[in-house]
Amino acid sequence: MKVGVVTFPGSNCDFDAYQAIKLMGERVEFLWHQSADLLGSDLVILPGGFSYGDYLRSGAIARFSPIMKSVIKFAQSGGLVLGICNGFQILVESGLLPGALMRNDHLRFSCKFIYLRAEQINNPYTCGCTAGDVLKIPIAHKDGNYYNFQADIEELKKHNQILFRYCDAGGNITQESNPNGSLYNIAGICNREGNVAGMMPHPERAVEQILGSADGLKIFHSVKKHFSERVKLESA
Amino acid sequence: MTNKKAIIYIRLKEGVLDPQGLTIQRAILNMGYDMVSSVRSGKFFELEISGADGQAEKKVDEICRKLLANPVIEKFNVEYEK
Repeated sequence: MKVGVVTFPGSNCDFDAYQAIKLMGERVEFLWHQSADLLGSDLVILPGGFSYGDYLRSGAIARFSPIMKSVIKFAQSGGLVLGICNGFQILVESGLLPGALMRNDHLRFSCKFIYLRAEQINNPYTCGCTAGDVLKIPIAHKDGNYYNFQADIEELKKHNQILFRYCDAGGNITQESNPNGSLYNIAGICNREGNVAGMMPHPERAVEQILGSADGLKIFHSVKKHFSERVKLESA
Repeated sequence: MTNKKAIIYIRLKEGVLDPQGLTIQRAILNMGYDMVSSVRSGKFFELEISGADGQAEKKVDEICRKLLANPVIEKFNVEYEK
């Protein structure tokens, strides 16, 4: 598996994502925002940070950078694209994922460990989890309040597009465990086809016990598992 | 060809929660202005533009839809000044 991590001006989790993939022993390269070349990546990660200073709306400007033209094409042809935090904001702004990420309901930047429940595991990003798995992963954002129209939330449910919801340590979905006001405690979603996913929490910051948790690895290992099974299928 | 100014207002759609507006409203009420029953925040842009009448307006509309507003949560309107 080869992973490309996009660096936008203002990305600050690109090295963390790079390191997480290295830890798994997979190939990884940085992709420069001014380039249109994905360097043959099997998975493209749009990392966290403050691309273009979060001017206008988080992710609104990054969406028009040269690399995003290639990423959008790649995603539309079935390529795997994972947006984390600012990367998730870029994916909703570019229309690859539905909805919008608004200012947190309490208006503060929130940086802490939270718990996520894996809602469905039939997906490249969660296939290494067990149903209802509770992951301890940090968040670090001010604009992570997932919003969509009620009818569209129902569509997300119907098509199994809700990957992660905020929960407590025991896996219960509660209002107290929702760190930003997201509708339906939504922390991460995917597109209908399942190849494009976005999440506000930072799995790349939870890949070693010394960081407080290694639960983030489950997401990267899922992609690896998905990919090796796909390769097996294709060569069979 | 004419030069003019496009004045663009971006507003949240009705029903979309505006935590910033609510916080500002709370501050206003704390100041003692108890006649304020609602505050909605938004954005404002001025674009100096040139081009044939009709054509330029169409492009400004595109800029609003593609970049300045997020159509999922926001609506916009444009006024022109000579």
